[in-house]
Amino acid sequence: MQLQYFLLLAAALFCIGIFGLITSRNAVRVLMSIELLLNAVNLNLMAFSNYLDSTLIKGQVFTVFVITVAAAEAAVGLAIVLAIYRNRDTVDMEQFNLLKW
Amino acid sequence: MNLAEGVQIVSFAILAAMMIGGALGVVLFSNIVYSAFLLGGVFVSMAGFYLLLNGDFVAAAQLLVYVGAINVLILFAIMLVNKREDFSPSANAGLRKLFTGLVSMGLFALLSTMVLVTPWSYSDTPAASQNSIVIIGEHLFSDFLLPFELASVLLLIAMVGAIILARREYLPDQLSTSKLPQTIFTLPERPRELVSTTSITDRNR
Repeated sequence: MQLQYFLLLAAALFCIGIFGLITSRNAVRVLMSIELLLNAVNLNLMAFSNYLDSTLIKGQVFTVFVITVAAAEAAVGLAIVLAIYRNRDTVDMEQFNLLKW
Repeated sequence: MNLAEGVQIVSFAILAAMMIGGALGVVLFSNIVYSAFLLGGVFVSMAGFYLLLNGDFVAAAQLLVYVGAINVLILFAIMLVNKREDFSPSANAGLRKLFTGLVSMGLFALLSTMVLVTPWSYSDTPAASQNSIVIIGEHLFSDFLLPFELASVLLLIAMVGAIILARREYLPDQLSTSKLPQTIFTLPERPRELVSTTSITDRNR
């Protein structure tokens, strides 16, 4: 197994996440795309820590931190989506213009 | 991981197919419940990749946190926001999707050429697969101590913020006076239009 396979796979996952982040209209699906992006970064970190830094596995420590931040981000993001849905009665990203003129 | 090379390649191929297919399904399905369950599949296959990369503790944390917590949270949010609405079609949605697809493919081409061209300096020491938990623990309590504590503070702040953002405002007087049997179980919630009027009357009084 080579390092390049994992990096290519992480790049593909990142690009799929970028595509979903830009094109999706549902706010919950945008949060799911952000989770895909964070997972791609985690796969990169794990691959680097296994192939390039296999004695001091600092990449795994960073992956644990990224998982923590992702959990916090998901909780706050879904709470924001619920609050917006309660106020605006929609989850359409095109109609979230509260802070835009 | 002490697996044979062929076993590793076959499991890598299966996990890669699961992950790419699941991610495409997450992005492209129109029903968002299917997307949420496929996202769970993507997380599970990602834990399999971590096992292939000698990260057993991180694979367990991935299963616990992502599949057990975040995916269930997303499913609950979908059920709470479950209003079937047909989004009004925007003016040039097809053009936007085409352009975004082109940008994503270009980004993937850029990243893949970078990955394939760069000469990586592999470390020749064998992977420490037996005691990765010990090494991670030593990192967390020696040179990553400050980020570890900051992560705990961040989790506390996120919990308080999520509760404050998502809570409803109760009406305790209406709860005590209404003795009628409720047929529809709804959480009591302050009506949105009346908030400004009550504050105005309070101010006039």
